[in-house]
Amino acid sequence: MELSRFPAYLAGRLVKAAIVVLAIVVCNFFLIHAAPGDPASIIAGQSGAADAKFLEQLRAQFGLDQPLYVQLWVYLKGVLTLDLGFSHRQQASVAALLWDRLPATLLLTGAAFLFAIVIGVTMGALAARRVGSWSDSVITVLALTFYATPLFWVGLMLVLLFSVTLEWLPSFGMMSVGVELSGFAWLLDIGKHLLLPALTLGLFYVAVYARLTRATMLEVADQDFVKTARAKGVPEGRILRRHVLRNAMLPVITFAGIQAGQLIGGSILVETVFAWPGIGRLAFEALLARDYQVLMGVFFCTSVMVVLFNLITDLLYAIVDPRVEVS
Amino acid sequence: MTRLLTVENLTVGLPAGADRPHAVEDVSLHLDAGEILCVVGESGSGKSITANTVMGLLPKGLPVKGGAITFEGEPLLGLSAEAMRSRRGRRMAMVFQEPMTALNPLMKVGDQIAEALAVHGKGAEAKARVPELLAAVNLPDPAAIARMHPFRLSGGQRQRVMIAMALALEPALLIADEPTTALDVTTQAQILRLIREIQQRRGMGVMFITHDFGVVAEIADRVAVMQRGRIVEQGTASEVLNAPRHPYTRTLISAVPHGRASDRAAIGPEPVLAMKGVTKTYQRGGWFGARAVVKAVHDADFTLNKGETLGLVGESGSGKSTLARCVVRLVEPEQGEILFHGANLRPLSRQGWLPYRKRIQMVFQDPYASLNPRRKVGDAITEGPVTHGVSPAEARQRALELLRLVKLDPSAMDRYPHEFSGGQRQRIGLARALAMQPELLIADEPVSALDVSVQAQVLDLLAEIRQRLGLTMLFITHDLRVAAQICDRIAVMQRGAIVELGPTAEVFGAPKHPYTRSLLDSIPGRGWTPPELAEIS
Amino acid sequence: MRGFWRNFCRNRGAVVGLVILLLVIATAIAAPWLYPGSPWDMAGMPFAPPGEMGMMLGTDSLGRDVAAGIAHGARVSLLVGAVSTVVALVIGIGLGAIAGYLGGLADDLVMRFTEFFQTIPSFVLAILLVAIFTPTIGSIVFAIAVVSWPPVARVVRAEFLSLRSREFVQASEVLGKSRISIVFGDILPNALSPIVVLSSLMVASAILLESALSFLGLGDPNMMSWGFLIGSGRSVIRMAWWMSVFPGIAIFLTVLSLNLVGEGLSDALNPRLARNRGGKA
Repeated sequence: MELSRFPAYLAGRLVKAAIVVLAIVVCNFFLIHAAPGDPASIIAGQSGAADAKFLEQLRAQFGLDQPLYVQLWVYLKGVLTLDLGFSHRQQASVAALLWDRLPATLLLTGAAFLFAIVIGVTMGALAARRVGSWSDSVITVLALTFYATPLFWVGLMLVLLFSVTLEWLPSFGMMSVGVELSGFAWLLDIGKHLLLPALTLGLFYVAVYARLTRATMLEVADQDFVKTARAKGVPEGRILRRHVLRNAMLPVITFAGIQAGQLIGGSILVETVFAWPGIGRLAFEALLARDYQVLMGVFFCTSVMVVLFNLITDLLYAIVDPRVEVS
Repeated sequence: MTRLLTVENLTVGLPAGADRPHAVEDVSLHLDAGEILCVVGESGSGKSITANTVMGLLPKGLPVKGGAITFEGEPLLGLSAEAMRSRRGRRMAMVFQEPMTALNPLMKVGDQIAEALAVHGKGAEAKARVPELLAAVNLPDPAAIARMHPFRLSGGQRQRVMIAMALALEPALLIADEPTTALDVTTQAQILRLIREIQQRRGMGVMFITHDFGVVAEIADRVAVMQRGRIVEQGTASEVLNAPRHPYTRTLISAVPHGRASDRAAIGPEPVLAMKGVTKTYQRGGWFGARAVVKAVHDADFTLNKGETLGLVGESGSGKSTLARCVVRLVEPEQGEILFHGANLRPLSRQGWLPYRKRIQMVFQDPYASLNPRRKVGDAITEGPVTHGVSPAEARQRALELLRLVKLDPSAMDRYPHEFSGGQRQRIGLARALAMQPELLIADEPVSALDVSVQAQVLDLLAEIRQRLGLTMLFITHDLRVAAQICDRIAVMQRGAIVELGPTAEVFGAPKHPYTRSLLDSIPGRGWTPPELAEIS
Repeated sequence: MRGFWRNFCRNRGAVVGLVILLLVIATAIAAPWLYPGSPWDMAGMPFAPPGEMGMMLGTDSLGRDVAAGIAHGARVSLLVGAVSTVVALVIGIGLGAIAGYLGGLADDLVMRFTEFFQTIPSFVLAILLVAIFTPTIGSIVFAIAVVSWPPVARVVRAEFLSLRSREFVQASEVLGKSRISIVFGDILPNALSPIVVLSSLMVASAILLESALSFLGLGDPNMMSWGFLIGSGRSVIRMAWWMSVFPGIAIFLTVLSLNLVGEGLSDALNPRLARNRGGKA
């Protein structure tokens, strides 16, 4: 895309993102009402944690005695001012709980994403370069294996191997308990804790990116403009870098945007396995406690994360591909 | 004259399981500097494979089995990959058929030309040379074009960029592989002129691959005709074009539409179809921002009389297909009257249209897309009549007769479309339309996707059936020679409007509109009249 | 049909996958005879390692037979996988067909709706749905279907969109065939192969999704499932590795076999593409 059109494009995408976020809030609202029973008691949870006073407070907060559209309005206003409700269980506002856990989740998903895209694209490019060789077969088999293995089980098996049997790496938490560390030692400690969860979350996507890169590189390598490059005497290495790889990255960027939601969903499982103190772990705790207020907060928060990530990949795509127009 | 390129006894294998053992067999040809050699043949004749072998661009799986290629006095076939690469682009260059896909969509065209210079160590000159080269291929505002990405350019402009890129290092040999096949006729004429001009100015040798004898007549010094991997005839252009010796060449040349109208019975003023003020516009663009409105059809009135064939002629995007599709309600125009025997069809609903479906039928362009791959030929022909209440037995009987009429074996009934060739499928499509016993037949480029010899057969069949069944026909084509041969009257379309309409002889003999004149001037090989050749048995 | 079978068999992985899948299905069917009685009942000592005390795959913390759990869990996994895929196919094909065939405004609306569902994190939504509607087999199937139809809708729409403008469909219009007979006679049969391939992959991902839900404790409390087995083994992995290892292998084999079969189907339905196929993603 040309730079002059970029602001208009950005504005369009922001409007779209805002609409999606709004729709998610509405969706959240109707989910509570679709559930059988009194919304207030559902929100409060069925575990008996809710006393009558809290239920009253909830009814007032959501305006449950008023018509549906008023309730929706009240709810929307709440969410837009980042008032996501109050967790009776944890005695804290949902927004504060989420805010507290956000950095850990960002660290985990970010690390897993980078790991997946770097290793996956490299593997895929190598496989495409040597179609039919043993390295191609190994990559294909690895990809199939990771495709078929449940994420949480991979986590458990890694724990079994690296923590229980070999005792190399810690199996839970984000940092060592009971030790005060600072500076480089602190970073190293977090890094050690991060390694297994990030690996677990990333392995599946390594497989996905490897396969996608391999497939698109083979497809692009067949296209006419590659032949043009060859006909003008461009060396093979340069053809691969400047012509094939650049074009093959377009579907990878698109896919990165599409799978962002899955990555965050996967982090719930991984955080549960490794007791990683992020939003996923919070969701699991809320699930055990039937703390729906928190659960809906998690849904809202993760959705916003995905929308933002999609926004970034869209912009990236528009920068790489000149054909994207303001629509 | 210096001998630039010699190909001797070249044989290239095909992978196991192909329809013949060799893609190219025992091919010998030569090319001098300053000469244009046309390699002619139908699809699959091995002409592109020959060119790609010279360039060292054969796909994997096609091994060179024997022969020698000498270029500028050096044998090419034994050279290392690196030695070939250093010659490609520098000493020999190539232009391809599809301008829409031959350029990297993510790179500015200037950078793509500069890359050709850079990989041969002339990167420093790029800044000055790129605009020069773009100017040399007659592109306006070269500096601006250099900064554009390919998607902003038209097909003709892209092909010019390709040529500029090929010329960047002033190669001795240019191979052009059907460079104008994907282009409109006026653009084709410009590109042919450009290639000829540059070739003469620089004394290049050009190997020009084409399937079109008109193009050969336009550009060739010498001609080599290929059939099933072999060269069957070689000679100077005038020899091959006007006195072909080999039977295959004779068949090909006699199949070239001769553009002579056949004698036809006089047609009385008995209107079957009249289009009045039909307008169709397309809108592009989203919910925000400016919408681009494209008038696909406007000012396109015509009347079609009983038994008459009217040709709608124009380049791609002229609206001729849209107009034809309006007649059968595949496109719904927003204004105007479509009068069929005086009844306006435009306001009719899907249901109201049903009775007219029997009377107006259509034949399509693409023989590979116009038949449902999962339906047997017999079912494809009978389903129309059965939908309209004919008993299956009767419909089947009629289908058998129709197969005979379009010269296909009755056993075709129980076979699937993929078992037939392009020309045969086109006859099946014709039989499907005729099964409805229509009065009016819309033929949308029915021979454009066919090889020239097959094209001639289908055209003859169409003419014969029209005569026998007394059909009225609306014939859409971009090929003026074809139009001249089959149509009583011609309507020339440009940008959605009919700019000239008249009897075929008048339109061709004394064109009034400047656009018609430029179209006629662009017919490749217009100075050449295919010789009348005795039938070869 | 014979050509289809031959092409399928040319892909050796697909044949292996089909064999594994048939074994899993056989186990699921035979579970009540192989392991009579409820898999929830105590069968031996708690924490018996595999091979000891007549327990092929060991027992869990309450002395339940892991092998029995896996056999009975196969029923739930396959059932949930198949039923939720069917539901997702119905939704996806319906919406995709409407968008692709009608085009215009209908297309716009359906696609915005589909994009919305693809944007929201599907697993989180599934958790929320199952949690709010209380975990039962019905709510699990519903939740999985709700989050897995968008790819179907997209594929079907793309196919319909391209087929609708194909000349043989236009020919049917000109012949005066009804919309229904065009959609079901001309378009759908030609759009079927990608749908078939996609659905085998959807069953696989539905099984993964179900196991993930029951791992988090959102399984149907009355039905034994693989995810539940792994979940209950998670906290005792240091002393009873077999509790999580074997059910995981069961999931892996089942999902792998479905993926392999999917690739075989894809090769068999598009023989031309098979030679150079890079991947399904």
